[in-house]
Amino acid sequence: MTPVSYRAAFSLIVKRDLMIAFRHRDDIINPLLFFIIVVTLFPLGIGPESSTLSRIAPGIIWVAALLATLLSLDRLFKSDHLDGSLEQMLLSPQPIFILVLAKIVAHWLLTGLPLILIAPLLAVLLHLHESSYGALMFTLLLGTPILSLLGAIGVALTVGIKKGGVLLSLLVLPLYIPVLIFATSAIDSAAMNLPYNGQLAIIAAIFFASLTLAPFAVSAALKVSTN
Amino acid sequence: MMWKWLHPYANPEVSYHFAGKLLPWCTRLAFIFLSVGMVWALLFAPADYQQGDTFRIFYLHVPAAMLSMGIYLGMAIAALSSLVWQLKLADASAAAMAPIGATFTFIALVTGAAWGKPMWGTWWIWDARLTSELILLFLYLGVIALHNAFEDKSLAGKAAGILALVGVINLPIIKYSVEWWNTLHQGATVGKLGQPSMSADMFWPFLVCFIGFSFFVTALICLRFRSEVLTRNSMRPWVRTLVANEENKHAI
Repeated sequence: MTPVSYRAAFSLIVKRDLMIAFRHRDDIINPLLFFIIVVTLFPLGIGPESSTLSRIAPGIIWVAALLATLLSLDRLFKSDHLDGSLEQMLLSPQPIFILVLAKIVAHWLLTGLPLILIAPLLAVLLHLHESSYGALMFTLLLGTPILSLLGAIGVALTVGIKKGGVLLSLLVLPLYIPVLIFATSAIDSAAMNLPYNGQLAIIAAIFFASLTLAPFAVSAALKVSTN
Repeated sequence: MMWKWLHPYANPEVSYHFAGKLLPWCTRLAFIFLSVGMVWALLFAPADYQQGDTFRIFYLHVPAAMLSMGIYLGMAIAALSSLVWQLKLADASAAAMAPIGATFTFIALVTGAAWGKPMWGTWWIWDARLTSELILLFLYLGVIALHNAFEDKSLAGKAAGILALVGVINLPIIKYSVEWWNTLHQGATVGKLGQPSMSADMFWPFLVCFIGFSFFVTALICLRFRSEVLTRNSMRPWVRTLVANEENKHAI
């Protein structure tokens, strides 16, 4: 038997996760619907004045994106843990870092990317400032992978626990706060026609730090959870 | 070798008794330092020329805030040594530290709010340092919740340890937040050891208070560490003889 190269193992897991997700389409669509519904709740609750809405639009979109990602995180390891394939992956000769990264990439493709695609539409509904669209897209593009990466740590820690759902939000949301702060401040600066590359640089720094470090934390946590 | 003296303390029984010996000394020192420091700080230290007597909450607020970060660092170091060197007792000490750290974070936030009301005119603002201290509280609560979620205590320790290590990134953010962002919270006054930007007759009572609180925290950690060790080793013979001896003492 020839050993599987790292790249082949990576793409194999991404393809497998994508295929499983496309066979259960609800898993992709439900977080998106949740995202849309949460965003539509705010104009109903706060009132339809466009000046108020455009002021709070960045925060609403980002908070809804955080919550939608949080809801979808369960899918990352739960079913694999239940049917035992997670343990098989951990036993495979490939480094766990690569397998974990592949699963996170697949998760981002299935939740982060659709969120980014639908965000401009919701921004129109919320009367976002015209100059802010670029900032919104850039922050989402850099920020949603961070949400998947940091969320994976939380899921990996709670995957062995029966009622991990509420606990998961308690663990993950504090870690999301810095991303939320810098992303919304970038969008606000853009609305005032100020440069926002400083905030983008910080989000990019968080992205690269979590890209390189989070998979290690996830693999350590998975080893603890599967025991 | 250099670390040979450390080996006996990997034994829970030795560590339990060592913490037991440390406990009364820390308690006494904490009592002495805190009573001297508090009386000095609250009655005899000069009032601030701008803030008047309100500033005296500083002697409680700053030690609590510094210790809230210090305890987190200690917990993270314990978690790291438990994950890397598989020290079971490091788990126990991390578990002992988490609730104490959460309490001190809470004290720092509450005293900060009480100080902010007369000075800034508001209990709370979304300032960088306040927000990151609040995140620290959430991190502590997450670590405690994760600890309680597992039945198996050694698994719980490892899982909570990973979370604690991930959260370490928050510490430099809190430390430097007042320098990175120009916010309402004032800059560091006591951190600069060479030339503290406060007068000596305010600095010395602060130092005494800080040392007192540090001994107080050490005493609390020893106390909780002992009970963690006992619950984790409740089936071991040495714990059983210990309990039997205690019961005999009370029977007579």
